[in-house]
Amino acid sequence: MNENHLNVKEDAILFDPIRKTGKPFYITLSILGVVILWGVWAYLYQYRNGLGVTGLARPIFWGVYITNFVFFIGISHAGTLISAILRLAKAEWRRSITRSAEVITVLVLFFGVGNILMDLGRPDRMLNIIQFAQFQSPLLWDVSSITVYLTASTVYLYLPLIPDIALLRDYGGKWNWFYRILALGWKGTEKQHHLLEKGISFMAILVIPVAISVHTVVSFVFAMTIQPMWHSAIFGPYFVAGAIFSGIAALIVAMNVIRKVYHLEDYLRPIHFNNLGILLLVMTLLWFYFTFTEYITTYYGAEPLHMAIFWSKFTGRFALPFWGMFLFCFIIPLPILSLRRTRTPMGTLIASISVVIGMWLERFVIVVPTLTNPRIPSEEIIYAPTWIEWSIFAGCIAFFILLYMIFTKIFPIVSIWEVREGREKSVAEVQERIRTYLPGIGIE
Amino acid sequence: MVIDLDKCSGCQACVVACHAENNVGIIGPEESAKGRTISWIELIPYVEGEYPHIKARLLPRPCMHCDHPPCTKVCPVNATYKNEEGLVAQINHRCIGCRYCTTACPYTVKYFNWYTPQWPKEMKGSLNRDVSIRTKGVVEKCSFCSHRLLKAREKVKAEGRDLLPEDYIPACVQACPSGAMYFGDLNDPFSAVSSLSRERRAFRLMEDLGTEPKVYYLSEGM
Repeated sequence: MNENHLNVKEDAILFDPIRKTGKPFYITLSILGVVILWGVWAYLYQYRNGLGVTGLARPIFWGVYITNFVFFIGISHAGTLISAILRLAKAEWRRSITRSAEVITVLVLFFGVGNILMDLGRPDRMLNIIQFAQFQSPLLWDVSSITVYLTASTVYLYLPLIPDIALLRDYGGKWNWFYRILALGWKGTEKQHHLLEKGISFMAILVIPVAISVHTVVSFVFAMTIQPMWHSAIFGPYFVAGAIFSGIAALIVAMNVIRKVYHLEDYLRPIHFNNLGILLLVMTLLWFYFTFTEYITTYYGAEPLHMAIFWSKFTGRFALPFWGMFLFCFIIPLPILSLRRTRTPMGTLIASISVVIGMWLERFVIVVPTLTNPRIPSEEIIYAPTWIEWSIFAGCIAFFILLYMIFTKIFPIVSIWEVREGREKSVAEVQERIRTYLPGIGIE
Repeated sequence: MVIDLDKCSGCQACVVACHAENNVGIIGPEESAKGRTISWIELIPYVEGEYPHIKARLLPRPCMHCDHPPCTKVCPVNATYKNEEGLVAQINHRCIGCRYCTTACPYTVKYFNWYTPQWPKEMKGSLNRDVSIRTKGVVEKCSFCSHRLLKAREKVKAEGRDLLPEDYIPACVQACPSGAMYFGDLNDPFSAVSSLSRERRAFRLMEDLGTEPKVYYLSEGM
């Protein structure tokens, strides 16, 4: 058994959030609670009166809720996918960031699904989806794909948690019974470690295609219809790229917050933000590439139906959200992320907040303008979301933050055993690995 | 169904008849301005050309009852489907209100109940008992008055004879004062609608989409 298994002094700061809870926590908790209650009240109001309380109408049948659905599912691509790729690539700098990423995925998925349910006219009948399942519908592909994704990423979050839960169990604080159950009798033996490693790498491989499938079928909800500017073959990869883009941004924001709040400057270092910043830069350029291709093909095709929507985005009614999207997704983050000097925790934070806002606008600009310009001439209807929709959106965000916060109070947000493993074994491992790459190093 | 645009005067009698026949709720001017009016058949204004050479025409638009309906493909619960008659049917008590079919329909013929449908007190007694009343949060659309088909079948059975074309016509066709609307079996080569649909003036909406609508329009020079 590991001799410093019970060493709490080392990495003490990682245990701190679980051991003590201060006043700021309760203050934040109550503020979030108020926002959530407000959102819940807004939903109950909608449930009682019908979807007429939103700004939706014919032909704009979908609005903020569907935008939120795509947005939240997009954010979920931060965690599991990034963490899986970094783990498989054996990137050593991953050790202190994987946990905080994986949690985002699992928690935010509930809000993606939740927004679809809140968009239903008859949420009481949602089980019809199982009883009368019609697999021709892309919505059902979503249901299946997201269910698998949620299950897989929960397992993928849980597996690397086991050794840390065992640490908490042996440390013997409050809620011991809880940790005892979840630790599944982890003793840290060689055999258990071997099994765990195997399980983690299996899940890491499994989760990548599942994650890609999720956002692909989300895009298919739009792409499978014949509506102009939705019916596009590029939508699958475009949505996946956008999802990873907004996901990394959300991860950087979350890391900045936990770094400040829990004083984890030693674990989440500028180098982590620099590396993630480079990844975000790549995604910024990829996002631009996809957006450019999508719009230029529309422009050159110049079909009147498509052009009506095209111009409504470029110069018309949706110019503000459209150019806002371009500003937040590209113009602001690009210079910040390009320069080594500004790829600091603060710099990447600003770029990331900008990207998250920009990506929400992107989803909105995809969903609403197409519906506003239907094929059959219709009366001019302008969609303006009501306070109900904004309140529910605010409630979702507050609820997500709350759950994330509570998670950090129950489990360590930085994977302790992986950090220790990195310290103890990785140097030798990496040396060994480099030896296999190149000739003329060491004795062979 | 065949609609002769050269005969249509744009009087909207079909719209009114449809409202009364199918228990379509009345929502008032305020909600109507927001775009929440429900009318299973609607007069669509087509404006062509630019001032001063401007041409406007009104086009009555019921559900097209496509042979390849884009809406039925996307419904996750089979609440809208093509039935054995070839009509695109709607099961109101199964619909979950996701509004995927409403966004997928290129003719925007589907309507959503944003609130519980309402009628002025005086009208409540005159609701049609053959048509179920929808709840809030479900999608509805033109059914070609399929309840009339059910009724006609029963009547014909009781009388022990075959169904004749005049036994079943939708309310809009019945109400059209200028006789611009025709209804019948398109598959029967000798029916009126079938021969009209093969006329030189005949066309369908957005034929290029391959939806194969079952509503034909007749018009000189369109």
